[in-house]
Amino acid sequence: MKAALDIRNLSVDYHTRAGRLRALRNVDLLVPAGEVVGLVGESGCGKSTLISAVLRLLAENAEVPDGEIFLDGTDLLALSDAEMRLRRGREVSVVFQDPMTGLNPVLTIGRQMIDIQHREALSRAAKRKRAVDMLARVRISDPASRMDAYPHELSGGMRQRVAIAMALMMNPKLLIADEPTTALDATLEVQIIELLQELQGEIGCAILFISHHLGVIAELCQRVVVMYAGSAVEEGRVRDIFHTPAHPYTKALLDCDPGRIKDRRQTLPSIPGSLPDLTSPPPGCIFAARCANAEAKCGAMRPPRVDTAPEHWATCHFAETAR
Amino acid sequence: MSEPLLKAEDLHVRFSVARGIKGLFADRERRTIDAVAGVSLEIREGECLAIVGESGSGKTTLARALNGLTPIAGGKAWFAGGPLHENANWPAVRRQTVMIFQDPVGSLSPRMTVRSLILEPFRIHGIAIGEPAQKARELLAAAGLSQEFLDRYPHQLSGGQARRVGVARALALNPALLLADEPTAGLDVSVQGEILTLLNKLRGELGLAMLIITHNLNIIRHVADRIGVMYLGRLVETGPVEEVFASPAHPYTRTLLAANPEPDPNAKLERIALKGEVPSLLARPKGCEFHPRCPWSREDCAARAPDLAPVAGREQCKARCLYPFSTGETPGE
Repeated sequence: MKAALDIRNLSVDYHTRAGRLRALRNVDLLVPAGEVVGLVGESGCGKSTLISAVLRLLAENAEVPDGEIFLDGTDLLALSDAEMRLRRGREVSVVFQDPMTGLNPVLTIGRQMIDIQHREALSRAAKRKRAVDMLARVRISDPASRMDAYPHELSGGMRQRVAIAMALMMNPKLLIADEPTTALDATLEVQIIELLQELQGEIGCAILFISHHLGVIAELCQRVVVMYAGSAVEEGRVRDIFHTPAHPYTKALLDCDPGRIKDRRQTLPSIPGSLPDLTSPPPGCIFAARCANAEAKCGAMRPPRVDTAPEHWATCHFAETAR
Repeated sequence: MSEPLLKAEDLHVRFSVARGIKGLFADRERRTIDAVAGVSLEIREGECLAIVGESGSGKTTLARALNGLTPIAGGKAWFAGGPLHENANWPAVRRQTVMIFQDPVGSLSPRMTVRSLILEPFRIHGIAIGEPAQKARELLAAAGLSQEFLDRYPHQLSGGQARRVGVARALALNPALLLADEPTAGLDVSVQGEILTLLNKLRGELGLAMLIITHNLNIIRHVADRIGVMYLGRLVETGPVEEVFASPAHPYTRTLLAANPEPDPNAKLERIALKGEVPSLLARPKGCEFHPRCPWSREDCAARAPDLAPVAGREQCKARCLYPFSTGETPGE
């Protein structure tokens, strides 16, 4: 299987006043070429660190003690800064949660869309035409006149579509979508999902789709990776993850989703406890303290990666029996 | 039946958009927009009403107007019999109606500890309390936090914990009505349940009435008794939650419910595509304001503006549509 993104055994530490914070620990993540992979995880699970690591835009106090990140076969961590710069935006690009932060408020979107093509050997008119075409592809009505609009003149859904147009203009191999629908309402969310599906089919890029909205993940993605407190705890095909989750955290997360509970309840499920302190992560399973089925060995021994089905694994001592 | 706790009739909230020289030359209609354009609602004691709608539909503005944070431009509103539209005694009203704001961490002052945040309402309203330390502990416990949080600052709290502090602050003065603006927005899935459980518990124990503003359809059926759907500053459908979810009468409600993604990869979705963009409040469509985007619009929808009228056969439901769906109807083209 050809991989658009293949992260192997990646660890990232932050040097903080409280000590070395182990933000990512031995994370494996695979995005096959042309597929949409969902990354599910709650606040503090290391999603943002993971994105920054892939883009090589980690904060100053970060260190990568271990691991490799292959983008289309090239180890990004081995590249020089100049070589990395050539890849950002062309081979890998990002759509962020809030489109307003990704767009420059004082430049027209046309100017911004022409500017990002500065490495292309094209005439200005050709660049403009390409930008207009791209806007039309994300279904912006009357794209030629919208080129002169400023970001604040567009609605939230339109801004996010412009951000997607910009991210896909260079036909990247990998698009990272960081909660692109969180700021939008249900009807607009649907528009963005359908647009991403359509464009992904046309352009053939792989998408790493980050979200905590399980409904969106279920609909859009072919594969899912679940992260908890800096570890990837489960990975598999979307049906396997939603129908036969092997990790207790995945199970708890699915059970908590108010969208899955159809009858009216006074008391809704939640996951008791709080995230572990990552400056001194527990020696055993990272989820042991909050896990309903934890036994003595969970606190003492780090669980191995257990294959429970083809292309489906979980890091749990009881992954086989728990299903 | 007794008088409702909160009542609004044809409420309007207006913002001016063109100021300065430009404003002088603009038409009157182009100078102002009605973010809330004639909303009527009632909340009885202990009842929970959820308002849903897209961003920009006026949900938050409505809640702010009911708490005096935005002036009421037209229409009438009463809280516990006292008027809110003229000579309102806001300090007294705000002792009884409290608001929790959208951003759980951002709505807490970063320079105050949880203890002083919780006791601040007493200071603001000049209410003496005998045992402040004891009171702070009680309120924190009611919101489901242990007392170790008393000396923390907002940046040391997670989103869910900060939301609980917001709830503790809101409970401080024994209010009768809670206005909750997106109480679960920005919270993780596993924490949303905790907050909803807390709100339900408080309703049961304190008989608190609630107005919940949200665009998360998934949470509504667990907390609310009735639902109001807003579009362009107007209510387009109201009714008991179960009835509206089971058989929405207004096309907009139907598309909104159909758009909600199911957390199951096998789910069969019957999506209804909405045409176009949300219209600008500066250029409200003629006739039914939803008709340019409505998949079922007919000829006279562009000409006649419907009222929020009772739905045939369902006395508790109202819809603002010339051709509302009747119960169980599967819409054709």
